[in-house]
Amino acid sequence: MDLSAIDPLILIASLMVAATPILLAAIGELVVERAGVLNLGVEGMMIIGAICGFAIAVNTGSPFLGFIAAAAGGAALSLIFGVLTQYLLSNQVATGLALTLFGLGLSSLLGQSYVGIKPPATPSLNIPLLSDLPVIGPVFFQHDLMVYVSIGLIAATWAVLKYSRTGLILRAVGENHDAAHALGYKVVRIRMVAIAFGGACAGLGGAYLSLVRVPQWTEGMTAGAGWIALAIVVFASWRPWRVMLGAYLFGGVTILQLNLQAAGAVIPVEYLSMSPYLITILVLVIISRSAQGAPAALGRIFHASH
Amino acid sequence: MLRLEKRPSPSRMWTALTPVLAVLLTMIAGGMLFAALGKDPFEAIRIIFWDPLFHETFGPYSRPQLLVKAAPLILIAIGLSLGFRAGVWNIGAEGQYIIGAICGAGAGLAFYPSDSIFIYPLMVVAGALGGFAWAMIPAILRTKFNTNEILVSLLLVYVAEQLVASMALGLLRNPDGMGFPGSRNFRDFPAAYNPELIANTGMHWGVVAAFIAVIFAYVLLSRHLLGFQIRVTGQSPKAARFSGVNPNYLILFCMGVSGALAGLAGLFEVTGPAGQISIDFNVGYGFVAIIVAFLGRLHPVGILLAGLLLALTFIGGELAQLMLGLPAAAIQAFQGMLLFFLLAVDVLSNYRIRLAKSEAA
Repeated sequence: MDLSAIDPLILIASLMVAATPILLAAIGELVVERAGVLNLGVEGMMIIGAICGFAIAVNTGSPFLGFIAAAAGGAALSLIFGVLTQYLLSNQVATGLALTLFGLGLSSLLGQSYVGIKPPATPSLNIPLLSDLPVIGPVFFQHDLMVYVSIGLIAATWAVLKYSRTGLILRAVGENHDAAHALGYKVVRIRMVAIAFGGACAGLGGAYLSLVRVPQWTEGMTAGAGWIALAIVVFASWRPWRVMLGAYLFGGVTILQLNLQAAGAVIPVEYLSMSPYLITILVLVIISRSAQGAPAALGRIFHASH
Repeated sequence: MLRLEKRPSPSRMWTALTPVLAVLLTMIAGGMLFAALGKDPFEAIRIIFWDPLFHETFGPYSRPQLLVKAAPLILIAIGLSLGFRAGVWNIGAEGQYIIGAICGAGAGLAFYPSDSIFIYPLMVVAGALGGFAWAMIPAILRTKFNTNEILVSLLLVYVAEQLVASMALGLLRNPDGMGFPGSRNFRDFPAAYNPELIANTGMHWGVVAAFIAVIFAYVLLSRHLLGFQIRVTGQSPKAARFSGVNPNYLILFCMGVSGALAGLAGLFEVTGPAGQISIDFNVGYGFVAIIVAFLGRLHPVGILLAGLLLALTFIGGELAQLMLGLPAAAIQAFQGMLLFFLLAVDVLSNYRIRLAKSEAA
């Protein structure tokens, strides 16, 4: 094994790319869960985003339009979940699972004619001055737009949740929907918006996988990324900046094990490939011992009967 | 404006009718999906639901497949339904199924080419224990550290998939297989093979086990204190606690039983219909079993019927692939849709729909 082949700087640069899909999906799910809704369909929405984004980007030649379509596709799928759980009062765990199963099936149906095609390249940004900095420039400032969009979304979510009235209402709905309802807030409508936002973010994350990270379309290509995003929300104790920390840690593990595979480590490839999942479980265990901060109404059905 | 009014207890009539309604709605929506793919919807639905059983040329081949495909679905779904009733969400049955197959196959292959009659029972025990142990990971993490069992059990599916690939390429690879991945084929190892018990019926030991599991679950839920505790915990965790239910014990029990049953399903599959451990051994029975459990209303007899129905969609899907060129993924989407419609129409059994004048909220 040749460990010297692993360059820490390239490692950090590729870590940011590896973390972005999960970061996008996780920040969307964070907003959904802060509104008191548990959507386990992240995996399904991600893969629908992956194929919608891929198909539109290939057909129009524009990755930008691809990302827009991915967000729309993810949001559309999430609205099925929204209607079922918010208006027809179905069990959120079961409905989320249905979303994942349906999304996986539908995506491979949609993606049949796209296997083996290369998508148009998503350009990296060239920020004047910053990109030209030695060492730091190539590592942090020569990525594509979506990497910065994802970080921007974290900052925006944090600011909105913490400082704005909208954020306060959203949190109220997530902590105690009966009280929020009594105060006159439209619990169901607020939750529907949060669910659609979560779907759009998951769609973006999926498209980032198929358009930038891989970049290719294969069936079931999300390979558990949506579930890891769900785990990262728990790891983050429902706080935006910790989501970023969790996603980047996870990105680091993924990239490190890929580098070890390439460097010809003595550990068989399959065992390295399972390490990100095992580490996610390990982190979940450590954090769950003292886990605080779950929204009080998370996963509970709201029905304004009184 | 339509208004929902909660029923004091779920309507019995609608509880029985909603699965049928959901299947009908899925047929309509699925027909529209097939029409969008450029296939004749009526022909597609007929090929999926009717031809596997009654077609002149395909029927005789497809009919036995019904039990072969239904057995793992029913076996896994029975286990899952116990947990789902108690609010314990084991959604990693696919992983427990894989590990059961690996452990059972490994135990048998260790004694190749013995012809002792004890080999197969030993493999069955090893398969059940494998699935049980894999399910104990999320169960113990949940009871000791309060870790979410949904996420852990699901993430372990990906770990199990990597593990089966590594087994097919390494430890369990056929030494006489000229380097190809995959274990020895159990067809060449009679003492460890799970044969068709009655010719042309598809009946094998897994089917027998599935029927036993249905009866066992029925008795447990209707006649046994533990079954009562499971039902109470699902309906009101607080009331269950006051009545002396130990929630941690219940989590371990539900996860353990569902893991062991999924492991058994994997063992019967690998020694029979699949024949060997291969890289892509699992085909998603563990996930479809979730649909089976809900479609069967978490009731043993319902699960039996739902398992047969979803087995039919698997076989019909293959037939439609052959006759219409319908993509395999279309059936997957169809099965997902079924769960959606089921959850959607469930509102009818829990709520009354009333017409109401809109009033200031």
